[in-house]
Amino acid sequence: MSVVLNNTAILEYTLRLADDSLILGHRLTEWTSHGPFLEEDIAMSNVALDYIGRARMYYGYAAELSGDGKTEDDFAFLRDEREFRNLLINELPRGDFAYSTVRQLFIDVFNSLYLPKLMQSNDETLAAIAAKGIKETRYHLRRSRDWTLRLGDGTAESHKRMQKAIDSLWGYTHELFELDELEQQLADQRVGVDNTALRAEWLATVESILSEATLTRPNDDWVVKGGRTGYHTENLGHLLTEMQFLHRSNPSCEW
Amino acid sequence: MSSEEKLMENFMRKIEAEEKIEPKDWMPKAYRKNLIRQISQHGHSEIIGMQPEGNWLTRAPSLRRKAVLLSKVQDEAGHGLYLYSATETLGISRAELIAALQDGSAKYASIFNYPTQTWADVGAIGWLVDGAAIVNQISLQRTSYGPYARAMVRICKEESFHVRQGYEMMIALAQGSPAQKALAQDALNRFYWPALMMFGPHDSESAHSARSMQWKIKRETNDDLRQKFVDQTVAQIEFLGLQHPDADIKWNEETGHYDGGELDWDEFYSVINGNGHCNRQRIEHHVAAHEEGAWVREAMQAYREKQRNKAHKQAA
Ligand SMILES: [Fe+2]
Ligand SMILES: [Fe+2]
Repeated sequence: MSVVLNNTAILEYTLRLADDSLILGHRLTEWTSHGPFLEEDIAMSNVALDYIGRARMYYGYAAELSGDGKTEDDFAFLRDEREFRNLLINELPRGDFAYSTVRQLFIDVFNSLYLPKLMQSNDETLAAIAAKGIKETRYHLRRSRDWTLRLGDGTAESHKRMQKAIDSLWGYTHELFELDELEQQLADQRVGVDNTALRAEWLATVESILSEATLTRPNDDWVVKGGRTGYHTENLGHLLTEMQFLHRSNPSCEW
Repeated sequence: MSSEEKLMENFMRKIEAEEKIEPKDWMPKAYRKNLIRQISQHGHSEIIGMQPEGNWLTRAPSLRRKAVLLSKVQDEAGHGLYLYSATETLGISRAELIAALQDGSAKYASIFNYPTQTWADVGAIGWLVDGAAIVNQISLQRTSYGPYARAMVRICKEESFHVRQGYEMMIALAQGSPAQKALAQDALNRFYWPALMMFGPHDSESAHSARSMQWKIKRETNDDLRQKFVDQTVAQIEFLGLQHPDADIKWNEETGHYDGGELDWDEFYSVINGNGHCNRQRIEHHVAAHEEGAWVREAMQAYREKQRNKAHKQAA
């Protein structure tokens, strides 16, 4: 395989990771000034900032790889819905605090397994971004785990809300552990990560947290997929409309 | 001399000597009340101030601006937190503070009742609103109540960042496309006057000023602080290449200050009294978030109690 071809593959892979981070970070910013109390409002902004920062690192690297003068903002603001490659779980609406907590828990556990693997990537930049990300993720996971315990084993209402959130989100977790051809190829080359190998440990960790929180793991009969091929839920279009309108209404301006 | 008089004498001696009053020190009831009013109002302003800027978080036109704005709004939440903590040292609880904000008995800066209609408003707020706030807050670093003074020192550092970032945003707009420059001018026109009003009414009209000055809660008068801000803003507007919103602004050789046109105080009081675009919206937003979060706070409490009982059982 030629170096150029491989660059294209890494660019595509990096954009997927960037989209995951940006879309989740954007969703988290929707909590700012809506948090259940002030300290928690601040903590959620922190997590959002980490994800936006991570997105910028990935997009910055993608811009470098594209080598045609593209910037991070071109990727974030000038691509359409069908071109975004984030996993669906990231684009789902903010929901209530239980919903956001469960989404964070699922993603935090995933990242706590994924990023250490990406740190071993042959691609030094991806490895470096992962090394920075894992520090943040460990802190995120501590938070989402603590909240899952508190809310799961808190009041009858909080328990009900948590179980409902788990049931509504479970179907979107399957695509975290899939590989398409490109991802398989990069995993083989030790650039990317073999996500399929992460599921067993993810399940074990999530199940143990849920059971400690007196919550139940749903069965696997409901599966929704499509993020990596640009086959999105209706939520993403609205998110992008809002996020991109100003940038697009003043083309080629500096901000 | 009664013991109360002695305490008062000692208190005034400390004030005169520029010693800080600390939470455990004796203080006159009215001093405490005055402080609670001022510090909580300040804290509420930080919290309500998250909303007009938060209004643009999901629409920021670049990733860098999005991150900068989010971290600014988060700073404001942090300022609210320090100030609530400082108020709590005076013997009032967070719940009481929030209730007072929500029922309207406590105020917040009226500047946040103005809508942020365009992206340039975010720049104008950083530059002018945080800029006006910092003029006031720098003088409050010398306020007589220790926890308030220390909160101001911390806050001022971050505020000066906000002002720089806001102004830097205005530079980008003013030097950008004609449409961007027009946005910058429009935002300046709308936020300049309300920013001047942040310093409060003229000293002659100010209900709390004289006492607060005597107790060194306030260190400089409304009009003096406002003049500082007017003076520093002229050159900044010029540098941007924008038109000064005050057609009467003029250098006064004699005083060494700029003279400007009179403010529209009727409009100011009308907004304070509830007729701003956002007065109701801001409080409703705060109430809605607070109510939406009630089940979370209850669950947290219930969980804590369960854990405590468990630990208790194990110990028994
Ligand atoms: Fe502030
Ligand atoms: Fe500020």
